[in-house]
Amino acid sequence: MTSSKSNRSYWKRNQIAITPWLFLLPAMIMFALYVVWPIVQSFNLSLYRWDGLGEARYIGMQNYEELWYDDAFYTSLWNNVLWLVLYLLAIPAGLLIAIFLNQNVRGIRIYKSLFFFPFVISQVVVGLVFTWFYDPSFGLLNIVLGWVGLGPIAVLANNEIATYGIIAAGLWPQTAYCMILYLTGLNAVDPEQIEAARLDGAKGGKMLWYVILPQLRPATFIAFVVTVIGALRSFDLVSIMTDGGPFGSTRVLAFYMFEVALSEYGFRMGYGAAIAVVLFLIMLIYISYFLIKMYRDERGV
Amino acid sequence: MFPTPVEKLSPAARTGYQVALPFVMVLWLLPLIAVMMISVRSANDFTIGNYWGWPTEWNLIENYSLVFTGSSMPQYLLNSVFITVPTVIGVLVLSCMTGFALGIYKFRFNMVIFFMFIAGNFVPFQILMVPVRDLTLDMGIYDTKLGLVLFHIAFQTGFCTLFMRNFIKALPRELIEAARVEGVSELRIFWYVVLPLMRPAIAALAVLIFTFIWNDYFWAIVLTQGAESQPVTAGITSFNAQYRAAYHLMSAGSVVAALPPVLMFFLMQKHFIAGLTLGAVK
Amino acid sequence: MFTLSGPLAKSLITVAASAVVATSAFAQTDGESLTGDLRIFLDTSNPAPRATMEAMIAEFQEMNPELNIETNVIDREAYKTQIRNFLTANAPDVATWYAGNRMLPFVEAGLFEDVSDLWDDEMSEALASTKPSMTIDGAQWGVPYTYYQWGVYYREDIFADLGLGEPTTWDEFLNVINVLNENDIDPVTIGTKFLWTAGGWFDYLNLRQNGYEFHMDLTNGEVAWTDQRVRDTFARWGELLEADTFIDNHAAYSWQEALPFMVNGDAAMYLMGNFAVAPLREAGLSDDQIGFFQFPEITEGIPMAEDAPTDTFHIPAQAENKDNARAFLRFVASADVQSEINSGANLGQLPVNANSTVDDDKFLNEGFEMLSNASALAQFFDRDAPAEVAAAAMEGFQQFMVQPEQLDNILDRLERVRQRVNGG
Repeated sequence: MTSSKSNRSYWKRNQIAITPWLFLLPAMIMFALYVVWPIVQSFNLSLYRWDGLGEARYIGMQNYEELWYDDAFYTSLWNNVLWLVLYLLAIPAGLLIAIFLNQNVRGIRIYKSLFFFPFVISQVVVGLVFTWFYDPSFGLLNIVLGWVGLGPIAVLANNEIATYGIIAAGLWPQTAYCMILYLTGLNAVDPEQIEAARLDGAKGGKMLWYVILPQLRPATFIAFVVTVIGALRSFDLVSIMTDGGPFGSTRVLAFYMFEVALSEYGFRMGYGAAIAVVLFLIMLIYISYFLIKMYRDERGV
Repeated sequence: MFPTPVEKLSPAARTGYQVALPFVMVLWLLPLIAVMMISVRSANDFTIGNYWGWPTEWNLIENYSLVFTGSSMPQYLLNSVFITVPTVIGVLVLSCMTGFALGIYKFRFNMVIFFMFIAGNFVPFQILMVPVRDLTLDMGIYDTKLGLVLFHIAFQTGFCTLFMRNFIKALPRELIEAARVEGVSELRIFWYVVLPLMRPAIAALAVLIFTFIWNDYFWAIVLTQGAESQPVTAGITSFNAQYRAAYHLMSAGSVVAALPPVLMFFLMQKHFIAGLTLGAVK
Repeated sequence: MFTLSGPLAKSLITVAASAVVATSAFAQTDGESLTGDLRIFLDTSNPAPRATMEAMIAEFQEMNPELNIETNVIDREAYKTQIRNFLTANAPDVATWYAGNRMLPFVEAGLFEDVSDLWDDEMSEALASTKPSMTIDGAQWGVPYTYYQWGVYYREDIFADLGLGEPTTWDEFLNVINVLNENDIDPVTIGTKFLWTAGGWFDYLNLRQNGYEFHMDLTNGEVAWTDQRVRDTFARWGELLEADTFIDNHAAYSWQEALPFMVNGDAAMYLMGNFAVAPLREAGLSDDQIGFFQFPEITEGIPMAEDAPTDTFHIPAQAENKDNARAFLRFVASADVQSEINSGANLGQLPVNANSTVDDDKFLNEGFEMLSNASALAQFFDRDAPAEVAAAAMEGFQQFMVQPEQLDNILDRLERVRQRVNGG
């Protein structure tokens, strides 16, 4: 060890202050380049008209004005609300299945895995699987409906129910996700409290509501967080199952934005950016809620 | 334990539960079972409308081998591997470092930077679409696996930082203090003290990120095109276009495309669930 | 449904066999073998065209053994979005596309190479019929390799069983529809999931109702969508909907997924391009079972114009091996190659080169005759109209087919799009 003494002592004196920055630097550069700066650029781009090929032209708020009169935008927005509300059904559904599976019979571990694994499959495949499941001529859904004298229903060709059909497909893996969160949560529920409550005569629904659920709070919180994010990001399923159709009735903001900017007849980058900005602002409300909660928790620790 | 264990209930209830289990499971996996059943049929079944009866022919081997020989599927699968594995490694390296920096040290902006990573992770990624696509074009790595890998690393670092930082924060601080007293440098503390303790977190994240990246579709279609660099999620749509209306082949293709993360899950189940449920218990 | 025997394999063999002949013919005009690289992007992803193109390229490879050819076949629907990307980054040396307005944005953005030099007197004469649709600002931007007719393909055997003939007038057409319905056969199959198929119906209804000039004015944005004449066209379409002409749930299907209805005899007619013949044959229908007729007349006395889209090869402006690419375009435009690739066993379409021979195929003969007598040729709705208008309009067509009562809303919406696009 013959490195210069002053150098070494500078490092020695300050290494605790310098090390974290050294460790943060690569990630921060990547993150700034690929996440932070693009957000700024998108805000800027939403004020331009640009086809991705020629020169971008500044047009002020015109893109937002057009959004205001754009039926397709409102359809997408409304569908996003539907997604958000209905997707939350994954939470109680996941809880239900978790309770059903929280037993110690033989082979239960395999059952748990099998119930969970829709979540591991890519949304593209889930979309295809459900598209065929709904198919009016050979889909299993309509075969089953046929047995009870109903149908056939062409779920994805009907503009009034297509979105619900897609959300149902999305609920499948999402419910599995919530289920696994609750299964883990249920494992950690304090057995003494349950015994105590049993002695007090609590059972079934009462027990669940007053004793179990409060203890499952952390699981519910995570389930809520991931479900809302999943709902607002919904793109793959729409793209695969209906491509936004029939006549645009299943668009959501994330899909409409892609369609406007990058699809076959699209290439209105500025307009797409404007849609993305709206989506971002909606999400921002939610991100703030999450961050504030995190901040409180951090303080509390 | 909640609900009451079935062993403590009447024998009738116990049997009822045992019967209900497989029944509910089949119902739950019905769409998937349907696809697997279709994937072993022959074209003939579709022509004569025998969708759900006993298959006239079992074409398990024919259909699945056609997926591998009659299309670019093997290429797409390889691409997925070459996109997913470097991403997982890159993300783990970066997030171990950020997690260490944010979890061990107290300094100004610690919280701000931490929150920035978390917030970035929640951003609807469509807002990044056009600028990231342009950036990738400008760097000359559009339609390359590298282009996808770099973006995925940057974006996933947000989530992984949250995970790693919380994990490191929960480690016993005495270990680090003791090492400092002994005069061990900070870099060595990271390498010899903290990193070995992070193994479970690394394993959990590796499996989780593998699945996320393998299943990505949106960025695959924004940043790549064609069999040269697209992963299997995007490849499956080309495959389906090639065999459109040949449902038995499309089904077989989908099963193949879905398989690797499923295998990963069943092999690494413990780590996977540990990763997913972080924070679900306090 | 897909085996590697039958017509597909047969076509490969035919091409391979003919390669020998074509090679020797070609070698005389161009002695030197090419070297270096050639990257080709194709949108011919359907099985028959894919095999044809791959065989054609193999032939070119054989002529130029030193040349390193790389071929990339991209899904036809996906290609339409990807071309923008690869023209600006990672450009190949040769790419397929379409003639007419559809290539305008790329020409304007300077992404296609001016290939007027290829269009010497000889080629101009041979490809005279499509020269106008390849010309923008007095220059040519690619070469055509095929075109094909649109019209009604029908189940000849079913028509015969029911004593139906090919309709030539609107009333006869409606009668056919009624008879088919009475016999529990859906008159027309269609899959509108990807919208453009509905564009074909609009094209023909409008061409027959209002004529070619009006159709072009409309697609060029010179006529309002709320014009009474447009409403007249939709009124005809409304008559068809009233008569329950189309299969149920068409919005759930792609055009290929709508084929089985006709194959199984559940539906009897399909308004399509000639590329539909290959999959129909492959699905097991014989030529005795498939018939073709020209879309019937609606307004008496209006000259019959047809949809006849032209598919083309281009050189991206950013291509790296333009000399090789030019040689390839010359090869593709040659009479022999066009005869071969368009034959019934291959693409099953019409060669553009006037010196080519039209294969002796039932549908090619009928199509060639129909197009030779046509008063004018349109490309297709989404090639004639600007992209944004095409997207909005075809979505409107699909909506109209499901919700005819929404016509006023649809037309108002289209008119807004037209004005915005015209406003620049």
